[in-house]
Amino acid sequence: MTARIGVVTFPGTLDDRDAARAVRLAGAEAVNLFHADADLKGVDAVVLPGGFSYGDYLRAGAIARFAPIMEKVVDAAHGGMPVLGICNGFQVLTEVHLLPGSMIKNEHLHFICRDQTLRVENAETAWTTEYQDGEEIVIPLKNQDGQYVADESTLDMLEGEGRVAFRYVGWNPNGSRRDIAGITNERGNVVGLMPHPEHAVEAGFGPDSREAGRTGTDGLAFFTSAIKGLLATA
Amino acid sequence: MATILVHVMPKPEILDPQGKAVGAALPRLGFEGVAQVRQGKRFELTIDGEVTDEVLAKVREAAETLLSNPVIEDVVEVTVAQEPA
Repeated sequence: MTARIGVVTFPGTLDDRDAARAVRLAGAEAVNLFHADADLKGVDAVVLPGGFSYGDYLRAGAIARFAPIMEKVVDAAHGGMPVLGICNGFQVLTEVHLLPGSMIKNEHLHFICRDQTLRVENAETAWTTEYQDGEEIVIPLKNQDGQYVADESTLDMLEGEGRVAFRYVGWNPNGSRRDIAGITNERGNVVGLMPHPEHAVEAGFGPDSREAGRTGTDGLAFFTSAIKGLLATA
Repeated sequence: MATILVHVMPKPEILDPQGKAVGAALPRLGFEGVAQVRQGKRFELTIDGEVTDEVLAKVREAAETLLSNPVIEDVVEVTVAQEPA
């Protein structure tokens, strides 16, 4: 069996091609899903990729939340389907209330693009089982509205339940509360993060690694984690 | 036709980076003495027909669900605009 992972394209999505490519490189079939689709075409998991859906009008992710496909994604997520939101996809997941908190403009106000070191804080989510707890990975980060915010009780809840999935290591590039780069839901099937694992999946096109330039593939295990989990339960 | 105004502001406890940047630019233009700037949004919703209590209730609901994100923003005011003279 081959796992089928859907990648959603909203008007203004940029990274759907890269996300689909990452899915294929990890060994699954990538299925294109369109914002106006009313069904998930029988996929086993869904990726909401990065970009500027609906031009980021109103708030990042605010309008994408009401796309027809999102109703199906929310239902499937509640049923336990693995859902990964990357960058703008993370913003959509907070707007649709699958994940708590929200993103506001970066503290320093600038768009930022760099290779970012993260610590994997929870290696038990559907998208992180192929990492070790505490493992440090490097994947690209590129955003302007990447400052994760939530009230103190929500932050305490996330910390207490082990739902901070990724934290920035070293300088916090967005001003995010408690250096949070990504979080997960209670069940661990929904994960959202600002940095981009789909841009670090093939040597020659990834961030610099310790060995050589552009050879970093630390993002691939997001996708192999999900595929392994899907095949184990199939 | 009537217009309903919805004002949305970042929550007081949320740092407002845009307001901060605007505040930092004011002295450069010679505007001194502004202690703080916070930047929000104003929406103008032009309504077909009369603004009934029901219409206002619907607009308030839209303001809380789409026009603002209650995690980071407050709807500070929903009012009916005065008819132009």
